[in-house]
Amino acid sequence: MVVRGRPSAIDRSRLPEPGPVRSFAFPAIDKSRLSNGLNVWTVSHPEIPLIAFVLLVRRGASADPPGQDGLAALTADMLDEGSGARSAIEIHEELARIGAQFDTDIGSDALSMSATVLSRFADRALALLSDIVVRPALREGDFSRVRQLRLHRLTQLRDMPGAVADRAFLKLIYGSHPYGHAPIGSEASLAVMSVDDVRAFHASAIRPSFATLIAVGDCRHDQIVQLAARSFIDWQDGNAGPAPIANGLPTAARLNVVPRPNAPQSELRIGHVAVPRDTPDYHALVVANTILGGQFVSRINLNLREDKGFTYGARTAFEFRRLAGPFVLQVSVQTTATARAIEESIGEIAGLRGPRPVTADELELGIAGLTRGYARNFETADHIARAAMQLALFDLPDDYFAQFVPTVSRVTAADVHRVMERHVHPPRLTTLIVGDLDAVGADLPALGLGDPVVLHADLV
Amino acid sequence: MRLAFTKHTLDNGLDVLLHQDRGCPIVAVNLWYHVGSKNEQPGHTGFAHLFEHLMFEGSQHYDRGYFQPLQGAGATLNGSTNADRTNYWEVVPANALELALWMESDRMGYLLPALTDAKFSNQRDVVLNERRQNYENRPYGLAPMALLAALYPPDHPYHWTTIGEIADLNTVRLDEVQAFFRRYYHPANASIALAGDIDLDDALGLVRTYFEDIDAGDRVVPVVAAAALSGDIRIFFEDRVELPRLYVAWLTPAMFADGDADLDLGTDLLANGKTSRLYRRLVFEERIATDVSAAQNSREIAGYAQITATAAPGHTLGEIEQVILEEVTRLAAGGPSDDEIERGRVQAEAQFMYRLQTVGGFGGKSDQLNAYNVFLGDPEYFERDLARYHDVTSQSLQETVAHYLDPAHRVTLSIVPRGRATLAAPDSSPTDVS
Repeated sequence: MVVRGRPSAIDRSRLPEPGPVRSFAFPAIDKSRLSNGLNVWTVSHPEIPLIAFVLLVRRGASADPPGQDGLAALTADMLDEGSGARSAIEIHEELARIGAQFDTDIGSDALSMSATVLSRFADRALALLSDIVVRPALREGDFSRVRQLRLHRLTQLRDMPGAVADRAFLKLIYGSHPYGHAPIGSEASLAVMSVDDVRAFHASAIRPSFATLIAVGDCRHDQIVQLAARSFIDWQDGNAGPAPIANGLPTAARLNVVPRPNAPQSELRIGHVAVPRDTPDYHALVVANTILGGQFVSRINLNLREDKGFTYGARTAFEFRRLAGPFVLQVSVQTTATARAIEESIGEIAGLRGPRPVTADELELGIAGLTRGYARNFETADHIARAAMQLALFDLPDDYFAQFVPTVSRVTAADVHRVMERHVHPPRLTTLIVGDLDAVGADLPALGLGDPVVLHADLV
Repeated sequence: MRLAFTKHTLDNGLDVLLHQDRGCPIVAVNLWYHVGSKNEQPGHTGFAHLFEHLMFEGSQHYDRGYFQPLQGAGATLNGSTNADRTNYWEVVPANALELALWMESDRMGYLLPALTDAKFSNQRDVVLNERRQNYENRPYGLAPMALLAALYPPDHPYHWTTIGEIADLNTVRLDEVQAFFRRYYHPANASIALAGDIDLDDALGLVRTYFEDIDAGDRVVPVVAAAALSGDIRIFFEDRVELPRLYVAWLTPAMFADGDADLDLGTDLLANGKTSRLYRRLVFEERIATDVSAAQNSREIAGYAQITATAAPGHTLGEIEQVILEEVTRLAAGGPSDDEIERGRVQAEAQFMYRLQTVGGFGGKSDQLNAYNVFLGDPEYFERDLARYHDVTSQSLQETVAHYLDPAHRVTLSIVPRGRATLAAPDSSPTDVS
């Protein structure tokens, strides 16, 4: 056996201990509010001549009116399709001339537009952002094209097992609840939408009093407030549409299959509706999830990947939202291992909750992983802007970041046990397989999850 | 804008690049081995990448997995393999730099005593599942296999993908793994970059402490290979997709070679983003495609450019191909507008700044320093790299497009829904892909 390293003076019998923790000051956020209600937050981070702008609007896919699934996302997609007399292409040419990285994102609770630009173009970036958000053209011709592209996208999503699984799983566990549909909506809902619906949604949901403009980078607070006032001051606060309400949740079958004949892998989702972001159990749940399926050395990944070799990777998450979000395990496993992977997954979830509680070593490792490297979440302007967005979206206090490490460090094994018991319920877990039913069907009865309900991708 | 650094080469040949950035109390450790799938042989593909997996399974002096102690110290870490290089990185709190160097040096010097058959067969299963997840069970996922096989001859090392062929992965033996390690995983074939909250002298001292005792290996002979396309190679295969997709690909210059930057900007203005010529025609005006994109994929010894578009329902790949050829020909004949050149330059400058924001991870300053050092032997290349894009002119871009994006010498690949072979671009022949 070749050993390349020579014997040396280095002590390789044990790992070096970390040195003292270097201090780190969390970024301070300067906050103002314009007379129309728009929040303007800035963080000075002048290392590189860039500014990351984010405009967060606290209305997302959960604000889609009944029967109009996809309206918020379609509206967000229409915003950069032209302003005033300018076409979509002209708007994007202007963004390109200032080197902007422009992106629109929509989730359940919010939509956001981000533009990272060279700092010398700050004024032009804000003027463009306000044209996009406040004064979009919302033309009929652009609407029909954008809607058509979204319909094509839905067609393509039917080919993608992960996307099929995500959409079907939300529907199974949430039903008609505002979180029960993917932001993109469905063929049926998009088919009946008109440009007037988009204009109405823009007027009711894209309002300054729901919005926070965040600027992080090579900038000063007073400069950004002044520029924001110039660009956004004529943004009127209109009549708000109704805030989303949580409907009753459905009762799904425990085992469900979307057939994908001859698929080499099964895409799995296992979970249920869990808990909102404002739960006092948040930090303990984050620790519990880290141990269960939130890091490479989690129980789920070590079992399904590193021990069994069933998958390229497995993970769990509590998806925290303003209303109760899902707890979900997701993994793609080789077809022949489908039933065993489900059994092991449910076993690991149930195990941490009861018979195999967190060990002292696991707890220490989980907490260390979450806390010791926490500062890296604030390295770049984009990182800091994303962190600030969390404060704005969830009404978190100014000292939230400074409190994160001490709060997580206080989580005990008893806390992990308590929050798992309170928020995770194995008998309520819904399991979904997107895979080759003919190949896996015979193995399913032994799981004891009842007869599988067969769903069809087209109807999801 | 400069990227200040120091470079030292240890006696065993290991290059050490150091960059100080005190903005955040973290350090990126980035280690490149100059080996990728281009160092593989036909019948033995997928090897470099499978090997990367084995590097995370423990080494002689810490054989309980690579992730645990580093995650426990607050690090994030990963690695990746491409045709030309394999990289490994940790972003650690500044107080855990020594731990990361201990771990990286132990697997550089002492991997094999800890490498067992059990680890090997487990990671082979994981890689076969990675291949199923990212290629076989993904719509259009086998496109790279078909494109590379058509662009490069069977004995050219870019003929196969980094993930490798299933049959090859199933027949790899442990003794081949050991030989591979001896040949490629040694200090003289590696470059380590540290970027972040470090004291330059202390950091160099630590690297010396942990790496100096590792023996240099034999110099690796550079891979040489050539490729040429005899004509318009027209192929198709059937896949589990709803909409047919067209790929048009050409052989182009290698990374950093003359014409590489022109083709970066040229493919952008042809098909990337809403302002591009092909987006405007195919998606915005004529609405015959649902999406279009393009890239100059530049690699160490050769490049290839590709344009990709998906047909809107009711439209054919033949219609799309015609528009693509018209726009390529128009650019080759008339060149870009002044506004297109100016936008390309500003965007290139912005992209360089974005890349400098972070010390490491996938990308970032540490990875950039290693890229310049390994491929060019010159970590100081940053400013000249940016200058390559500023030096592109209307004329140089036009001439480069005219020379390389030649309609008579290309690969034209159609991927069509199962049972719908007639949807392929005209005169295409079926190709086997798996």
